[in-house]
Amino acid sequence: MPGETPHPDIYEPLSHTGDLGMVVYGQDLPELFAHAAWAMFDLMSDATTIRPQQTVTLSVSATDVEDLLVRWLSELLYLYDTQRLLCCTFTFATLEPTHLVATVAGEPLDPERHPIDTEIKAVTYHQLAIAQVAGRWQARVIFDL
Amino acid sequence: MRDLVEGLFRNIPSGVGSHRKDVKLSQHELRRVLEQGAGWAVAQGYGSARDLEHIEENGTLQGAQPEAVSARALERGRPQLGSIGSGNHFVEVDYVAEIYDAEVAQALGMSLDQIMITIHTGSRGFGYQVCDDALQVMQKATAKYGIAIPDRQLCCAPLSSPEAQKYIGAMYSAANFAFANRQLITHLVRETFEDVLQRAPRDVRIEVIYDVCHNIGKFETHLVDGQPRRLCVHRKGATRALPPGHPQIPEVYRHLGQPVLVPGDMGRYSYVLIGTQQGSAETFASSCHGAGRMLSRTQAKKVARGRAIVRELEDQGIYVRSAGRATLMEEIPEAYKDVSEVVDVVHGAGISKKVAQLRPLGVIKG
Repeated sequence: MPGETPHPDIYEPLSHTGDLGMVVYGQDLPELFAHAAWAMFDLMSDATTIRPQQTVTLSVSATDVEDLLVRWLSELLYLYDTQRLLCCTFTFATLEPTHLVATVAGEPLDPERHPIDTEIKAVTYHQLAIAQVAGRWQARVIFDL
Repeated sequence: MRDLVEGLFRNIPSGVGSHRKDVKLSQHELRRVLEQGAGWAVAQGYGSARDLEHIEENGTLQGAQPEAVSARALERGRPQLGSIGSGNHFVEVDYVAEIYDAEVAQALGMSLDQIMITIHTGSRGFGYQVCDDALQVMQKATAKYGIAIPDRQLCCAPLSSPEAQKYIGAMYSAANFAFANRQLITHLVRETFEDVLQRAPRDVRIEVIYDVCHNIGKFETHLVDGQPRRLCVHRKGATRALPPGHPQIPEVYRHLGQPVLVPGDMGRYSYVLIGTQQGSAETFASSCHGAGRMLSRTQAKKVARGRAIVRELEDQGIYVRSAGRATLMEEIPEAYKDVSEVVDVVHGAGISKKVAQLRPLGVIKG
């Protein structure tokens, strides 16, 4: 079942009446952004079943780092919705507060191998937060289901 | 019923990222969908002019601007026209279990034990992308116009600003996409009934009772401090419920008030209500649009874990097919409030009046 196996070092799902959220952790900003993306695919499917078989390079710009996180995840969601691409690894060539360039790897959805039930309509700005807590980065993101 | 539900499940694409393989739209054609809504579908032979007479604004919101829509939205929407999607979206076969207002029910064409079909879906990935695009624009607009907001998701712009005007053109395009989507599904429902019951189209008379968009801002005139004012009424978790005589109700129902469709959960019941003068005065003609959740999706999954939900519903005489396992668990009846209690409050408050109760026989879920 999507999002069922806990990965507490990476993220924790947040229960939200009609929707779904997550709190994500990372040692630094690139890890936080990578974990956020991995967690989103884990909520949609089971990220451990995704194999890095093809790569795509993405460039995302935003007004600030929180906006950048939303747009980064939205970009991946768009890729999934139009190309059925599930991603599992995320490498950043650039990661500044308002701009990132990333190479992501994954494979197209295969219903035989990827459990997939939850349709994420959109990444929202609702209760969006990025902070440094006890020496590590933490972000909260709520999805519209 | 099993055959009907299987047929509906086979013929109407549902589930995560569901899309049609047989309807391939050109950019030009999609533009016409966005401008004409259900009118486009009927022009293609999916339904009749009579259907349009029974749809809000006759199935076409005026003021859509396809040029305000991004290439991404077009790309996401194009393969999804004629599909249900997932989450709380569904197609349900119901029967009329109770009638509270015989006169209105009769005027709407509803009678006791009659079979009804309820379709709940919208603009699919097209609408999500229109929203995503607007959020990006509005993040900047909020700062530009110096608006203080408590949460970034509430980003906005003055209604008269170019940002807002463009959004309205895109939002109405999404509404028309949704009208066309539901009209296509209506057509697929008719085809399925004809096919499964082995009847000619003229012998399977499935008439549209009403079709309405919710989660949208609509321009309406209401009394504010005794003066009529043109307002943009945004309803989220609510639906329009115009009073009798209102010019924005299709002519055939204008003397009755607007039909208000209130789906419940898949195990209990749904309701048809009708708009009232009191609702018009007190809520800018708004009513409830569903039961509302009692359990979050995560809680519902915990409650449903290990249970045979399909079997439980079948034992109650409700045949269910779902594209996703988690959807059924998230949508278990006890995840929702009892919609009869919600509807009784709305009825008691006079915001809209009860007309009929529908009970499910078969459900297809995304």
